[in-house]
Amino acid sequence: MLEKALTGDKKYWGWIAFVLLLIGTGFLAYLRQLDYGLGVTGLSRDVSWGFYIAQFTFLVGVAASAVMVVLPYYLHNFKAFAKITILGEFLAIPAVIMCMLFIFVDMGQPFRVQNVLLYPTLNSPMFWDMISLSGYLLLNILIGYISLSSYHKDIAPPKWIKPFIIISIPWAISIHTVTAFLYAGLSARPYWMTAVLAPRFLASAFAAGPALLILICFIVKRLTRFDAGKEAIQKLAVIATYAMCINVFLVLMEFFTTFYSGMPEHMHHFQFLYIGLHGHNTLVPWMWFSAILAVVSLVLLLTPKFRKKEIMLGFACMAVFVSIWIDKGLGMIVAGFTPTEMGTVFDYWPTWIELLISFGVYGIGLLIMSLLYKIVFKVRGETKSDNEIRIATTAHN
Amino acid sequence: MYDIAKIILGIIIFLAIATSPFWFNQATGQAEYMPDPVIYSKNIPGQEACVMPVDFMRSSHMDLLNEWRQTVVREGNRIFISPDGKEYRMSLTNTCMTCHPNKSEFCDKCHNFMAVTEPDCWNCHVQPKEAL
Amino acid sequence: MGIDRRKFLTLAGLTTFAALGKKVMGSSIEGQADSLPGSPTVKRWAMAIDMQKCRQHEGCRECTIVCHKIHNVPDFGNPKDEIKWIWKEDFEAAFPTQDHAYLPTELKEKPVIVLCNHCDNPPCVRVCPTKSTWKREDGIVMMDMHRCIGCRYCIAGCPYGSRSFNWRDPRPFIKEINPEYPTRSKGVVEKCTFCVDRLALGQPPACVEICPEKALIFGDINTPDSEIREILKTRHSIRRKPSLGTNPQVYYLV
Repeated sequence: MLEKALTGDKKYWGWIAFVLLLIGTGFLAYLRQLDYGLGVTGLSRDVSWGFYIAQFTFLVGVAASAVMVVLPYYLHNFKAFAKITILGEFLAIPAVIMCMLFIFVDMGQPFRVQNVLLYPTLNSPMFWDMISLSGYLLLNILIGYISLSSYHKDIAPPKWIKPFIIISIPWAISIHTVTAFLYAGLSARPYWMTAVLAPRFLASAFAAGPALLILICFIVKRLTRFDAGKEAIQKLAVIATYAMCINVFLVLMEFFTTFYSGMPEHMHHFQFLYIGLHGHNTLVPWMWFSAILAVVSLVLLLTPKFRKKEIMLGFACMAVFVSIWIDKGLGMIVAGFTPTEMGTVFDYWPTWIELLISFGVYGIGLLIMSLLYKIVFKVRGETKSDNEIRIATTAHN
Repeated sequence: MYDIAKIILGIIIFLAIATSPFWFNQATGQAEYMPDPVIYSKNIPGQEACVMPVDFMRSSHMDLLNEWRQTVVREGNRIFISPDGKEYRMSLTNTCMTCHPNKSEFCDKCHNFMAVTEPDCWNCHVQPKEAL
Repeated sequence: MGIDRRKFLTLAGLTTFAALGKKVMGSSIEGQADSLPGSPTVKRWAMAIDMQKCRQHEGCRECTIVCHKIHNVPDFGNPKDEIKWIWKEDFEAAFPTQDHAYLPTELKEKPVIVLCNHCDNPPCVRVCPTKSTWKREDGIVMMDMHRCIGCRYCIAGCPYGSRSFNWRDPRPFIKEINPEYPTRSKGVVEKCTFCVDRLALGQPPACVEICPEKALIFGDINTPDSEIREILKTRHSIRRKPSLGTNPQVYYLV
């Protein structure tokens, strides 16, 4: 089946070339980082985790969101999702790989990463994160491969794959919970030390993931013959709507406990994000943009008239995705370190090398996703070229 | 099989190229070359012998250093008792390099020849200034 | 040719995976050398800092200077890459919960010495995924630079900002390398270790020895008649962020 990824038109190869260019520059930038040290990034003694870890946090959510298509189809027999569960799984695979790559590029001594397995430390959430991410990756590769190859052979998938699919559902929840546990147990960081962090992560994941999947289905409908179907898209939209409501609700809960209690230790982080602290306000415009996008997206999603119109839905999904990306991929990590344990503020902003390396990692994810999706559409005979062959053969007869 | 003659010819050429280091060295006599580290030992009174016998050090000095690292850093025990009952402080820079201070003549001669450059000890552990 | 390409790739993937798995399962889980310092006969190192004495000597930085000198701590000249093991901090930064508007001027305006607290319940040890930092039997929270993968989870976990990371190669920024102590490489975390190598030779930590006012008192807190216990009995002492449950073992005599 892999050879199917090597078939494609000019547009496909042009896209692959672009992605390879991203990966190439990212790799060169990473060599620079290996040589100089992590000092090439904007990280500092006070803000020691930043863009890389934030991308990892965001992408774990995207990876976990595959469960939102798998669960309705396999547990509740929601037939409309039959065509898109494979798209969810093949979105989860590059997402998890990108997570692992972002952790790798963030490490000071990346070639010692095997020490986490050689000296397992059961009390460290980071150890469990490695285990759960690796397990989730293997699960999705196995399930995706078996489903697709069964389709390819025109037979039903074997019965033994069912338990793996069922396990992948709680496992997906676990990967993002464990990631939240990395942050939520640190008494040193009051911004993260809230019971609501894991639910917040999950809610935002289940909003951003389906939103992304809807956007992918729209793009794919223009590039191939694949049509997810109105029912599937609308159901995904409803899932994203509920999840976004819960996400915004949880954020507002955080605002209440923080500002009603008036505890400076907690308030200072939110003040840094939304109004600036001690004159430092780099993230303020971003956070407000994210908040406005969240409100706009909810207005569009909660109004059936708008949600049912493809163009409005597309815009709403973009708003959801960007809003949550800003919240998790820019605000979440940096705000945990700002202000510091001493109450001081040290500015952080990613440097160009940091961004190039990040684009490189995103490039790897896009490449894997493109190759996997190409295989899916080729196997299902849904690419545009398959269409032409079909028309040509029918015309012949 | 199709083209079986070409395939077998290709395999023979590949094997010839792959094994070329061996027969080339035999032919030109290069394999006779051995590195000649200068076993320089400062004559410190009372420390004429190394911490372990020479044969052991030749074959297993890396294992000894790994064990020392484990014992000193993780167990907090710094005293090493040699087979002949003498006590030494387990330290690369402060013990080993006191008697063998010339890294380029002693360590590097063999390590560079064998291309065993992973021991990045010297990124952190301080190389003594070479007196020679 | 019986095997097709798909079967071959699947087999190759599984073999690689099995080989890696064997390597991981084969290695033993290392036992920790540390234990709970509960038993009264175990030596348990702690430090008391007499801030009244320290305040006498304005502008003094002897502890920082000697510590950074003998441990080859680099000076990058900028706060972004800065590495420090022991240093002076403002009172409100060191004790944010003790600060108020009507403190004696002396307290408000004079700095406080801060360093790793070698907590009894250290969050940094709890989160380290490789046990590169661990708690010894004698209470010292130790670092193993050989094993550290540079993930900086311990820095995220430390409520006191005691830990520093090597954002770049430190060697060019060490004024005069002390040959008796290693430097670090880029990509690992470092912090105060209560001078374990000096303790092994029966010497007190360098900062304790050098302080011109003898403001740093170091000793075994499990021994009832030790110097540190005596002074804690007679003077009021506070600790940094005690409500977090870390049980820090650096006591401040304000």
